[in-house]
Amino acid sequence: MTALLQAINLSRRFGGVQAVSELTFTVNQGEILGLIGPNGAGKSTVFNLLNGVIAPDTGQIIFDGKDITGLPPYTVARHGIARAHQIMQPLLGLSVLENCMVGACFGRENMNLADAREAAREVAQSVGLGDRINALAGSLTTAGKKRLEMARALSAHPKLLLLDEVLAGLNPTEIEHMIETIRGIRKGGITILMIEHVMRAIMSLSDRIVVINLGKRLAEGTPREIAENPEVITAYLGDSKLLATAEEGAP
Amino acid sequence: MPSSISQDVAKAGTFKPQRSFADEIYRHVREPFPWLIVIFTAVVGLAPVVMDDVSLRESLLLAAVYVTLASNLNLMIGYAEYVNFGNIVFFGLGGYIGVYLATSWHVNLVLSVLAGGVCVSALAYLFGRGILGLRGAFFALATIGVNEAIHAFVTNFEPWGGATGIYLSMDAYEPLGGPMSGLWFCYYLLVLVMGLSLLLSYAIKTSKFGLGILAIGQNEDAAAVLGVPTPRYKAIIYAISGFLPAVAGGLYFFKSGIIEPNGAFDLTTSIEAIVMIMLGGAGTITGPVIGAFLYEELRGFLLFSETFSHLQLVLAGALLLIIVLFVPGGLLGWLRARLPWLRKWLQ
Amino acid sequence: MIGILASVVDGVLVGAVYGLAAMGLTLIWGVMNVINLSHGAIIVLGMFVVYFLTGATGVSAYVGIPVVVVVGFVAGIIIYWMSVNRVIGRPILMSLLATFSLNMIIIGLATAAWTTSPYNVPVSLPGITVQNYTFTGTHIMAAIIAGAIAGILYLFLHYTRPGKAIRAVASNRDAAELNGIPTRQVLAMAFGLGVALACVSGALIATLFPFTVLSGGAYQLKSFVVTVLGGLGNPAGALLGGIALGMVEGLATPFTPVSWTPIIEFGLFVLTLIAFPRGIFAFTKA
Repeated sequence: MTALLQAINLSRRFGGVQAVSELTFTVNQGEILGLIGPNGAGKSTVFNLLNGVIAPDTGQIIFDGKDITGLPPYTVARHGIARAHQIMQPLLGLSVLENCMVGACFGRENMNLADAREAAREVAQSVGLGDRINALAGSLTTAGKKRLEMARALSAHPKLLLLDEVLAGLNPTEIEHMIETIRGIRKGGITILMIEHVMRAIMSLSDRIVVINLGKRLAEGTPREIAENPEVITAYLGDSKLLATAEEGAP
Repeated sequence: MPSSISQDVAKAGTFKPQRSFADEIYRHVREPFPWLIVIFTAVVGLAPVVMDDVSLRESLLLAAVYVTLASNLNLMIGYAEYVNFGNIVFFGLGGYIGVYLATSWHVNLVLSVLAGGVCVSALAYLFGRGILGLRGAFFALATIGVNEAIHAFVTNFEPWGGATGIYLSMDAYEPLGGPMSGLWFCYYLLVLVMGLSLLLSYAIKTSKFGLGILAIGQNEDAAAVLGVPTPRYKAIIYAISGFLPAVAGGLYFFKSGIIEPNGAFDLTTSIEAIVMIMLGGAGTITGPVIGAFLYEELRGFLLFSETFSHLQLVLAGALLLIIVLFVPGGLLGWLRARLPWLRKWLQ
Repeated sequence: MIGILASVVDGVLVGAVYGLAAMGLTLIWGVMNVINLSHGAIIVLGMFVVYFLTGATGVSAYVGIPVVVVVGFVAGIIIYWMSVNRVIGRPILMSLLATFSLNMIIIGLATAAWTTSPYNVPVSLPGITVQNYTFTGTHIMAAIIAGAIAGILYLFLHYTRPGKAIRAVASNRDAAELNGIPTRQVLAMAFGLGVALACVSGALIATLFPFTVLSGGAYQLKSFVVTVLGGLGNPAGALLGGIALGMVEGLATPFTPVSWTPIIEFGLFVLTLIAFPRGIFAFTKA
């Protein structure tokens, strides 16, 4: 197993708060790695560090053999990391197709406009937005916008996809649909690092899980190992659902 | 159903098409819109000749300048959604450089105004890397500051005549075959610059660069995460939006025979260009043209009407307020929302 | 040496008035993220209110200040409901243009009514002479009034119910709304206050220098400079920024021709924006 992304001793402080502290983990080529932790554990900050939205105070990020620490987000995107946000950020005034084309044009493959149009159309179709291609992004439903976030990230043909709570706010049917889509993406050869609160989903999707709490790594292992880890259970104190859903979801 | 989705996704991940550059060009030539721009430019250029009407030439000349200013400013305001209040600094500075080279150094007029454009764009690029880090209102304020600082500087800059500016003697027009043919020459060039401005707006809008700029206009942070190199792109569009206005400034002030600081760096003209964009429809290509012509008509009417001559500013202000409050998409936005079939023609 | 010092002190006195004007601008920005481009026109309005008040009644310009405050406040409320309310929360261009269009309307009407010839408000106050340099009485008085009004504003914002409501709305509009504060009314009141401050500063400037209908533009630009120095949205910073600008002007006067002052001002302005986008005196809002 080769490592696609290595985060080494990442730390970041905001004012008096140590949001991420000495965090080390590895994402292997071709896997789905889940990143979980209680609210305020620093998960989104980790994503922001990985794709260059904020720079770490100390530590190093190695992606695909290259040091990408401190690079701006657009350079990180060019290296092949794409991200779907928890809070959707569609380019409201542009169409679904144009949104995806931005991802394709400026992502890893640096496509020209015509290629990007084709790639964007294919991806939009594959995530189920085929019939809304010319609609303005602002006119989509919440589920539609989530799909668009995903399609836009995928259009870049990234090596690594960061998924930030893409299931939040969806109804059970939509969640089923999205889980299938995520499996499909991995089958296409894209490595995935995902933050998720829907435990059943992450337990069933992930190959491995990293648990963080208060910015530190608490545990790492297969979904089953994580579900049985006493420290993790304490961190999620009282959240007995974790265990229950983990049992149910683990393969 | 779900399994076919996953296969589609898998396939989409490996898709890699090929298109040649020639195909790209051909795609544009097939479109009707660039031809509309060419025809429009030719009509404006030839109308005063065919009608043999010098006053029509004067009014179309002003319109061409307005369209140039509005259309290039629209690249910032309508595409990148960065409010540049001081866009007139391009026009004024380009005017000074062009006129100075053409008169004091006897450089060929075309070369002089092009040099003005290049200098202004280069300055804008360097400067843009600094002030474009500012967002929203901060950027808008900075652009006012830039214009006022350069205004104040030129007022004190003796080689350019300080507060009195540069007056052209009749000799200045000799290389063009005298004042009369000189005026026509400037007119044709200004109309050409107007046409190029519109083609530029079209070319940018239909390019990959333009897609990046539109993405910045919608949500700059999201655009950066998607890979748009935002600082460089913003500086480039800022520099581009300065080039043709600077060239137009050189031609306009050369034709006027005088350039002085208060006329060259007048913030009111900056704002008028914004009014034109809003009137026609920000972010569209045709909008600034319609806005510029309408505004010039309106202004002419208000200036010459006995009743309104004092109240020109009041009515222009009221018009702007009504647009902003009730028709923020401008005339074109309003039309496009109601008559979708017009979209292909009114971009 | 005493000449330079005197020039700087005089700059500080006038700067306090700039600071007052900028306070109006920065208060509005801080509460509703709107840059009021009718600011200059409002300053001119203040100038003419005091001009006609003293002309018609013969009272001293300083007695007229409360009237100017009331007129400014009412004008501000009207402007808010006419043009600002609908553009709150929309792209920055919209609020800039909405307030700018009002600037055009006010200046247009004022030009039609009063032409662009110069006016002045006659005030006679004895100056204070130190060695052989005399500090003009009007400058001292204007600075005292500006300081007093700034103090009153501070007390109002921190110790009265409406003042606290304004600060609540400024820091988090949604939360204020949830707590039962009628945010739109509070915004209107804040806008009225901002305009009243601009009006008063205009009235004070009228006692210092001659003015025309078009003078507002220059003072509006000065207000921008001051606001940026002080940090947008920070009234205390605005007063400091005003004094700083006055000092720069006072310091520059003995050494450079007057026509160079704007270059220094706007150079400072742009550099400050780039280097300290939150303002040099922004410490209070850290």
